Amino acid sequence: MAHPASAPAGSGLVAWIAGVGLLGPGLPDWTAGAEILAGRQPYLPARTLVPVPASLPPAERRRVGAVVKLALAVGLEAAAGAAISPASLVTVFSSSTGDGHNCHQICETLASDDRHISPTRFHNSVHNAAAGYWSIATGATAPSNVLGAFDASFGAGLLEAMAQTMADRLPVLMLSYDSDYPEPLFATRPVPDTCGIALLMTPAATEKSLARLKVRLARPPADRLPDAGLEALRRAVPAARGLPLLALLAARRAGVAHLDYLDNVGLAAELLPC
Amino acid sequence: MRPSSAPLSSVTPLHLSACTASTCLGRGLALHRLAVAGGGSGLKPCDFETVGLATYIGEAPGVDDVMVRADLKEFDCRNNRLAQMALETDAFDAAVHAAIGRYGGQRIGVFLGTSTAGILQTELAYRRRDPLTGALPVDFVYRTTHNAFSVADFVHRYFGLSGPAVVVSTACSSSAKVFASAQRMIACGLLDAAIVGGVDSLCLTTLYGFSSLELTSDEPCRPYDAARKGISIGEGAAYVLLERLPDNLDSDAVLLLGTGESSDAYHMSSPHPEGRGAHQAMVAALAAAGLQPSSVDYINLHGTATHNNDAAEGKAVAALFGGRTPCSSTKGATGHTLGAAGAVEAILCALALSSGILPGSAHTLRLDPELSLDYLLAPRAGQPCTVLSNSFGFGGSNCSLVLGKAR
Repeated sequence: MAHPASAPAGSGLVAWIAGVGLLGPGLPDWTAGAEILAGRQPYLPARTLVPVPASLPPAERRRVGAVVKLALAVGLEAAAGAAISPASLVTVFSSSTGDGHNCHQICETLASDDRHISPTRFHNSVHNAAAGYWSIATGATAPSNVLGAFDASFGAGLLEAMAQTMADRLPVLMLSYDSDYPEPLFATRPVPDTCGIALLMTPAATEKSLARLKVRLARPPADRLPDAGLEALRRAVPAARGLPLLALLAARRAGVAHLDYLDNVGLAAELLPC
Repeated sequence: MRPSSAPLSSVTPLHLSACTASTCLGRGLALHRLAVAGGGSGLKPCDFETVGLATYIGEAPGVDDVMVRADLKEFDCRNNRLAQMALETDAFDAAVHAAIGRYGGQRIGVFLGTSTAGILQTELAYRRRDPLTGALPVDFVYRTTHNAFSVADFVHRYFGLSGPAVVVSTACSSSAKVFASAQRMIACGLLDAAIVGGVDSLCLTTLYGFSSLELTSDEPCRPYDAARKGISIGEGAAYVLLERLPDNLDSDAVLLLGTGESSDAYHMSSPHPEGRGAHQAMVAALAAAGLQPSSVDYINLHGTATHNNDAAEGKAVAALFGGRTPCSSTKGATGHTLGAAGAVEAILCALALSSGILPGSAHTLRLDPELSLDYLLAPRAGQPCTVLSNSFGFGGSNCSLVLGKAR
């Protein structure tokens, strides 16, 4: 491919990680997940248990699907870890698809004799539903972006959040999350379970910094995870493509995690613990 | 830490070195310039697919005749046909190839807004499910049609690029926010140029969905009219090639001066009644551009023609600009192109800067007397140097762009 003639040598995006959120099959939160990802505890796959978001008003709480609850859970965990109020945060949401169950219901209705779809289903069908509910739950009026990049969604969210941290000199919360699809869509997009990762990034080191992160575009392939179960998860859910980075963070080691991004472009994420 | 979205100082402007738009007004810039100058509209009674709704639509002509390039045929769907048709208009593809020659394919990003991408393909596939198993037909390809990313993936592959590619999907602010994402990534040095824009095409989900919320009008939409009754859904594809400023810039060149974003934190499908988020986004965009409200010569309003949107936005604009700045919504001409609206309207703003014609508001008969604005019912000749464009979406997602002439 074309040579990046004008790229400055070693160009990359730099930010500091101040908080982590994690929720997925057999990964109940970052504290427990870090022990598993670092190999200090065994990985025992189990269906993801998504908590009910206490932060949403009851009327909204009844309306939201698992994907919204998942995003709220990992985002709040990362903000709490960094001791930053979520109300103040710029956010970057990234997901291959929003709520697959909601989408299925709409498509079924539209293929039936009565095409009247529910207004709530329709407004929940927007890709930015999780971001909308997040802002209602936290009161955050700061900018919020919502991205989709199929299997590259984790990498796309990481690049966007780091660029925004650097350009605007503000803390940015990145949330990458995906939910399972019901049949018949599952057969065409086999995402088996919900999984989410959130990273709270700051433009400079703080007393809460866990590590300095530098990310640049790189050649594929990505790192594989040594545990077969975790590697299966990494490959099955787009958000889990970020697990090699979390494994390096959990090991508290300096190093480079190679992450999946687009088919022809990977990411090299260089981590330096604080 | 500062609570608002305004950067500490004004950002470095970028050059809109190429642009193109295809909507119900036609294919390419010339037809859009002509329609705006003549106050034309592309709306018609809804005859899309099997839709049985009493509403008007803005259908882009010629989309069904497009043959998606052979090596990308798995991407074939209405949305990507529209995407390709627009790429091959106004020599936009040639401008991208020239940029690849200057910078290399790794240094050019793709940032596209869409709300529904190729979901029409899935809606149609659900009518052809296996009666026994419920399975979707084998010719249905999820990744390259339904998935939101399909349109950015398509454009990325169309040009053989190897830089970042992403879809922004924040409902009707999507293709305004892509300008902000690209600007940040260029500012960080990761990119030299970006293809930004939006592509959204007609589908049943949005037509029946907005109808379920009683937000579609049974007549052509009448933005800011006292008797407005709701939106007319349109479709469109619009692209801009963004680059750093060259050493020598034509005085007619159009620049991206600033972007501003905010969240309502209020309701999923209704704007904050006082336009709080709209106000915040406009203030942030002006701060990023280093400009005062008095510097703005024209505002392209979001102006969907729903009661709540126009009331909230109108209040926010009057509060910030004092009702003196000429403004209009162009959705009576194009329909609401949803995820493409931000880019379509940025291009209409660029055309206003280069032609000097401020767009009027097709189908609007009488300004809502509750709103104290210099609202343009008809096109007006002027000498605009700086313009602002608003795009707001479901979930309370707001984005304003400031564009200006190089002078």
